[in-house]
Amino acid sequence: MNSSPESTLEQASRLLAAAGSVAELDQVRVRYLGKKGEFTEQMKTLGTLSPEERKEFGQRVNQARDEFQRLLERRKAALEAEALARRLSSETIDVTLPGRGQRLGGLHPVTLTLRRITRLFRSVGFSVVEGPEIEDDFHNFEALNIPAHHPARAMHDTFYFSEHLLLRTHTSPVQIRVMESGQPPLRVIAPGRVYRCDSDLTHTPMFHQVEGFWVDEQVSFADLKGTLYEFLTGFFEKDCAVRFRPSYFPFTEPSAEVDIECVICDGRGCRVCKHSGWLEVMGCGMIHPRVFEAVGIDPERYSGFAFGLGVERLTMLRYGINDLRLFFENDLRFLRQFKPF
Amino acid sequence: MRLSEAWLRQYVNPMVDTAGLVRQLTMAGLEVDGAEPAAADFSGVVVARILEAAPHPEADRLQICRVDTGGGEPLQIVCGAANARVGLVAPLAMEGAVLPGPLKIKRSRLRGVESFGMLCSAKELGLEDDASGLLELPADAPVGADIRDYLQLDDRILEIDLTPNRADCLSVEGIAREVALINRLPFQGVDAGTVAVGSQRRLVVHLDAPEACPRYLGRVIAGIDARAQTPRWMKERLRRSGLRSLGPAVDVTNYVLLELGQPLHAFDLERLSGDIHVRQARDGELLRLLNGEEITLSSDVLVIADEEKALALAGIMGGEQSAVGGATSDVFLECAFFAPALIMGKARRYGLATDSSHRFERGVDPSLQRRAIERATALLLEIAGGEAGPVTEAVREDLLPLRAPVRLREQRIGQLLGLSLPRDEVADILARLGMSVEEDEPGWTVTPPSFRFDIALEADLIEEIGRVYGYDAIPRRRPAVASAMQPASETVLGLDRVKDLLADRGYQEVITYSFVSAEMQRRIDPEAEPEALLNPISADLAVMRISLWTGLLDCAQKNLSRQQDRVRIFETGLKFVRRGGSLEQRNTLAGLVLGSILDEQWGEKSRRVDFFDVKSDVEAILGLTGKSSVRFRPAIHHALHPGQSAEILIGDGGAGWLGMLHPQIERELGFEQPVFMFELDAGALLQRDLPRFAPLSRFPLVRRDLALVVARDLPAADLLEAVAASGGPLVRDTVLFDVYSGAGVEAGKKSVALGVTLQDAEETLTDDRVDEVMSRIVARLAADFGAKLRE
Repeated sequence: MNSSPESTLEQASRLLAAAGSVAELDQVRVRYLGKKGEFTEQMKTLGTLSPEERKEFGQRVNQARDEFQRLLERRKAALEAEALARRLSSETIDVTLPGRGQRLGGLHPVTLTLRRITRLFRSVGFSVVEGPEIEDDFHNFEALNIPAHHPARAMHDTFYFSEHLLLRTHTSPVQIRVMESGQPPLRVIAPGRVYRCDSDLTHTPMFHQVEGFWVDEQVSFADLKGTLYEFLTGFFEKDCAVRFRPSYFPFTEPSAEVDIECVICDGRGCRVCKHSGWLEVMGCGMIHPRVFEAVGIDPERYSGFAFGLGVERLTMLRYGINDLRLFFENDLRFLRQFKPF
Repeated sequence: MRLSEAWLRQYVNPMVDTAGLVRQLTMAGLEVDGAEPAAADFSGVVVARILEAAPHPEADRLQICRVDTGGGEPLQIVCGAANARVGLVAPLAMEGAVLPGPLKIKRSRLRGVESFGMLCSAKELGLEDDASGLLELPADAPVGADIRDYLQLDDRILEIDLTPNRADCLSVEGIAREVALINRLPFQGVDAGTVAVGSQRRLVVHLDAPEACPRYLGRVIAGIDARAQTPRWMKERLRRSGLRSLGPAVDVTNYVLLELGQPLHAFDLERLSGDIHVRQARDGELLRLLNGEEITLSSDVLVIADEEKALALAGIMGGEQSAVGGATSDVFLECAFFAPALIMGKARRYGLATDSSHRFERGVDPSLQRRAIERATALLLEIAGGEAGPVTEAVREDLLPLRAPVRLREQRIGQLLGLSLPRDEVADILARLGMSVEEDEPGWTVTPPSFRFDIALEADLIEEIGRVYGYDAIPRRRPAVASAMQPASETVLGLDRVKDLLADRGYQEVITYSFVSAEMQRRIDPEAEPEALLNPISADLAVMRISLWTGLLDCAQKNLSRQQDRVRIFETGLKFVRRGGSLEQRNTLAGLVLGSILDEQWGEKSRRVDFFDVKSDVEAILGLTGKSSVRFRPAIHHALHPGQSAEILIGDGGAGWLGMLHPQIERELGFEQPVFMFELDAGALLQRDLPRFAPLSRFPLVRRDLALVVARDLPAADLLEAVAASGGPLVRDTVLFDVYSGAGVEAGKKSVALGVTLQDAEETLTDDRVDEVMSRIVARLAADFGAKLRE
């Protein structure tokens, strides 16, 4: 124990430099600053010295110890920085690898369309009502002013269970059920599955319709035009032209088919619109007085409009689907293309 | 209905082009589906006459013709048609002509002889399928004229999709009437004139069923030329309307049907015996129809008969035995009015749909018959000669349909259409529609013309006014939004939310047919008797589903065969269950999962989905209801593995099923891997409990773990229920964190590890209080289940 503070410092700084980790560094610190550390020991010897020597030696030890501390801090910072750099480097991952876990599923495109239709009509006060799919003759036909020999009642259109029990061929019977049980004002849409005995390239034996109607005092064809115009431009998110063309349905009068300017070619003419520039998208009209009579609503006091639209058709136009049959083949490769919203 | 635009324009010719005409008709409610060219595109074909025809020295079937083309030197044409002969007038494709195909005609050499063009068959010009010989043109056809001009081939075929109410437009005349009305042009119907009667031969007609047939006109036309040919212009018009030429008598009846909308029928007079009776058929009476089919009649069907037998299905189709043929020289022409209500449905019953039944079902103008029979007679005499007998008319005027006057109120027009029309405009529209109008405050009394079967109500008139005024001209009113707020209930769980949850958990929604194969469904429930369709599309789509699993299994199978080896699907919709006497249509949610739990991905060990993976999805759905009374109870379901199936209960009510597809069914359906399915009654999910706040405790939680040995088949739910029941209010939560059986655990037993969390609302729990609760729990578990604490 006769080394000078300077030589101790010199030796200590070599050890500091050699320390490869914070832990080693701490050993060096203990060796010099610990209870039995070299600088500590040197300080302890001060008592044995004369006052002059004590002052002089004390200063030297303090200086050396301070310097050591400074070097220690510096080395520590450097080592920490190195350690951080090593950690950063060792922990680097390929962030382009895909995330793990369950992937997002999806909703059927028909459901997506039904949701949009429902939202649009709800926003103007319509409520949603559903009805049975196995229906009786009265609700599906008779009350809708479709007499016994109307072509739509023929066996080749309608699926029957018995003479009077059948699969509904449209969602219009819900209109009858709602009007039977309630009085105007009525503002309702009725989405659902419907069935026709028909299966080829452009027909599936089951498909979806939305029936809608609005019955009140003073509801006119002008309201019908306004409502459906808002709906169609809202649905396609496009200010497309809409035209109403006279047509015939047994349960409405006047009746109309609604065409929109082809959303595929903007009316210029293409394969989808058969080069007419127009797409037929729904049928509608003012509710026939005989329908009102069948459900006990006074046609003198009330008037109303009704419409029906094919959900698959709107879905095809919206998403550019070119084959109706895809909807019910449920090929996951098809369905996965439609993400929920 | 198909018709030639040129034919239409012969009656009314507005100053609009084809596209304009198409738009006008469509916007008047006579939707034009197409306006195809009447003939294929070709050029360079002229009317030519064969001057000479000599055999080809090198080929038996060829002739060398010299052909006059109306100017310059006759051309040498080599021709293989059997009917090529001197004097024949036929179309010639000149050198440079382009025929449909397209086929370019060049000068060519046939077996060494030069040919300067090609004489053409109807098929080569794309007019008919007849390729048997050259198209024979009338001898007076103008040689040298372009065949397109001569045959008016630069015409369009309008395909009009008529709605069933517009029977009055099922003719060229009817459409012309509409076009005239739209364009405010004068319109006169076809002037049929009156044919001079040349003989007195007639048949007596008896109206034995006058309600069904209140008017029947007949006429004998004797001595027609059996060899006469239908003229080209008529054939062309028939062709453009989609009808084949079948000889002059039939062609004339078809022509008048197209022109005026009145079906007629020509009988071979020689085959008739005695008077004509329009009567109901006799039950079991047989009739062989023109299409060769023999049908058995019943007494509600109307027939035309002679003294001996039924001759024709009235208004629908003639009989084979009395049909006119190539040798017919005397015909009996029928022109009648049959009541729509009595014709409706009859044709369909025999699987028939004819131009005639189509019109009679919808309504033929009851005042049209005389004009039509005169028109047909005139045309037939012109084409095939002969002498017309007098028209015999049997009629019951009192039974003819009468157009009743309809009241029209001005105020109703405004109410329904949403616009106010000046009174004179309304009157003008009605007049243009051929209605007779009497003004009376505050509206009109309107009598429709005889051909408008569709106008009986005020609404019918208002529709006509709107139609003629133009739907486009009716204003558009923005819907007024209801001022009352719509309900937004929190105690109703929308199915949309459940669907979103499933989609977010990796499920894909599918929509399968509600009718399924009976066989597939029997696998799921052999006892159930599903609703069966009387007229299914196929055996695969024959009965209504009693479970959504049927469709999901089918869908899974199909996707596996498309190499989709991981399937997570769900569906919502009705299932159809008969309970007692009544049919229930219950909204249902069902799911199916197979394959690995996750998509193939890096860093995760791949493993197959199991019961508890799917159970967690079901629990998540049920969690949305906020209900705490949800339980899963081991139960047997025919379609499910008996050891992996649970009935789902909410409170005490069954809400659905969850389980593994029975391995037997799995094998039968060829899945070769476990399939998990769940089904939930959507009605049971609908009701949601409103959250109820419970105060939070400020004091520390204490957790104690228990390792218990119990019987292996003891349901964990029973254990947890017992812990909750015996632990009392201090037990906040119990988690089951391990289940083990095997080495170290006695056979038939399992070790279960429970973590019990305790907390008091008022103070910090002491060890003594915790120990007391825990020993109460252990004692209860020992007593109820023989549970032993594991050493």
